[in-house]
Amino acid sequence: MRFFEYESRAIVAKAGIPVTKHGFAKTAEEARAIASEIDGPVVIKSQVLTGGRMKAGGVQFADTPDEAATHAEHVLGLEINGHMPRGVLVDSRADVAHEYYAGVVWDGIRKRPVMLFSDMGGIDIEEVAEKHPDHVARAHFSTRAPFSDWQAKQLIASIGVTGSALTRATPIVARLARLFLQYDMTLAEINPLGELSDGSFIALDAHMDMENEGRPRQKALLKELGVGDEETRQAREPTPFELAGEEVDAQDHRGVAGNVTEFDGNLGLVIGAGGGSLTLFDAVRAHGGNPANYCEIGGNPSVRKACGLAKLVLQKPGVEQIAVMMSIVSNTRVDIVARGAIKACIELGYDPAEKIAFFRIPGAWEDEGFKILRKYGVEYADRSVSLNEAARRAVEKIQGPPTPAT
Amino acid sequence: MSILIDAETTFIVQGITGREAVNLTRECLDYGAGAKIVGGVTPGRLGRDVHGVPVFDTVAQAVEHHGSAIDGSVVTVPPAFTLDAVLEALENGIKLVVIVTERIPRGDVAQMVEVASELGARIIGPNCLGLIVPDVVKMGGIGGPAKNAAQAYSPGPVGVISRSGGMTTEMSSTLTAAGLGQSTAVSIGGDAIIGSSYAELMPLFEADEQTQAIVIYTEPGGRMEAELARWVTESGSRLPIVAFMAGRFMDEMPGMSFGHAGTIVEGKEDTATEKIARLAEAGITVAEDIADIPRIVKEKMGA
Repeated sequence: MRFFEYESRAIVAKAGIPVTKHGFAKTAEEARAIASEIDGPVVIKSQVLTGGRMKAGGVQFADTPDEAATHAEHVLGLEINGHMPRGVLVDSRADVAHEYYAGVVWDGIRKRPVMLFSDMGGIDIEEVAEKHPDHVARAHFSTRAPFSDWQAKQLIASIGVTGSALTRATPIVARLARLFLQYDMTLAEINPLGELSDGSFIALDAHMDMENEGRPRQKALLKELGVGDEETRQAREPTPFELAGEEVDAQDHRGVAGNVTEFDGNLGLVIGAGGGSLTLFDAVRAHGGNPANYCEIGGNPSVRKACGLAKLVLQKPGVEQIAVMMSIVSNTRVDIVARGAIKACIELGYDPAEKIAFFRIPGAWEDEGFKILRKYGVEYADRSVSLNEAARRAVEKIQGPPTPAT
Repeated sequence: MSILIDAETTFIVQGITGREAVNLTRECLDYGAGAKIVGGVTPGRLGRDVHGVPVFDTVAQAVEHHGSAIDGSVVTVPPAFTLDAVLEALENGIKLVVIVTERIPRGDVAQMVEVASELGARIIGPNCLGLIVPDVVKMGGIGGPAKNAAQAYSPGPVGVISRSGGMTTEMSSTLTAAGLGQSTAVSIGGDAIIGSSYAELMPLFEADEQTQAIVIYTEPGGRMEAELARWVTESGSRLPIVAFMAGRFMDEMPGMSFGHAGTIVEGKEDTATEKIARLAEAGITVAEDIADIPRIVKEKMGA
């Protein structure tokens, strides 16, 4: 989950890394008050979870509190890449002599965190790494041994940084490495890390991304920042349809019938499991189908939950039929998913044979499942029909046979 | 032959009294020659038994009861306790740890991996269903109940490595139906950091005489496929590899993760398109349809 810049600042400051004097404002008046408090030139920065703020006009410079309020008013109403800002950060403009970069990410191949440091800050680190590889230092570190400052020093010195810059940047990078592990981050980045004209170092901007898996044990930090459990912080906000999917999944703890993502097609998908859903979604699209949604069933959900998911998808505006398909199941029971899907159709007043375009779930309890499907006249297939072929048949059912290319 | 496990492999189940673990224990005991599950561990439950398997409070008690070193452990404890359970297994001399649990933070996984490598042990998973040697033994929930596993898996020349547990069975079943059995099928887990990647398992398959080809299931997210491509290029492996890539649609939706935690794309090298290109460069055929895989495998094995 991504943090807003104002939250990232708070995390960095909490770890003992100096930040510029700043405040978070939700109104123009609040922005004015913060600017008066700072008592100097400020930057007004839109607080959105998307890039390209500068280009979109979401970053404005102000010399007086009045100017700050005017800019804040404008930025607060400015949509960027489909995101409305949560507020603005009112930040003092520091007297920066040089910009550095400091970051920590995971290396999934070495299975360790890796620190990055560059004396060319303020721009995208990947770009620097490509054009000026000798200006980017990298070092992996242990998750078992306590992090020691020399590791940060060695990293920074390896690209030729020495003198006071080295001794001042070292504790900042060390603190960043420690907070990365302490708070289950997948990204902890200070860019730019500013060296001011008096030689001191300060975080001018920070990006933090916490692993979702870490959230249960980071409740104290999240509470401190005011981040609620309901905030998913995915790349886009969940739609009402997706939230309804979460409710279906939350009604009991047996298995999964959820992870719903909304699309705008006419073919509703009741699919699983993790890898099966990915495969089936690709296959439906490859055959020219228009999925109404993505979802996942797995871990042997109850009939009630499977039914709830099928109902949700059936009721989605624009959905004409549903396809109920999974890779071979060994834990989830075929008969339970079949029963759930049929029950959903009947409860909504539909004929399952009409509404279920195709059913393909082979595996545990398939004989029982197929018997139920036969009883209701639903077209189904066993494992001899591939996932791809099942998707093709579902698409053909809803769209008719493909027109030959002319 | 097989990789990692065989009929003689002894293992324990940590968290054995949980609902899922009880089922898994039954399945493993019933499959093939019957797994040698020499104990289970659930703190506070010393003296009970699960399908005849004695339950202990600690791994040390299980080892003592067994009278000699135990080869493996299947870990099925909740995410907050997994790191501790894995460290306990490793420190008690266990050399193969299969972690079923999902939603473990990467920081914990990295710690387990670090300790395992210091102790010369191997981790499979987390967020996996384990591994199976068809008709011989299975370690984990892979393939489900013995009856279902027997339907999907058959002995033969193909090594299977998959980031999805369910798709390990789907792909193996497709191979079985086409008369291509499997030497060992490994569900390696769907997380961003896992104990054993494709490239780390390849040398084991390379050394296994029974294995004549490899089939992998892969997804967007991470650099494991690039690592495999590099390994193939550098090692001059004798084994032809056929891959299937799911989740191609995710390339249009940056920042979203679907299916498994590991599918989160964190850089342009992580996308399906990039991975397919890397694999193809290394001579790995990426099949468009799983149903085509047996034919491609046969062609490559004949070549």
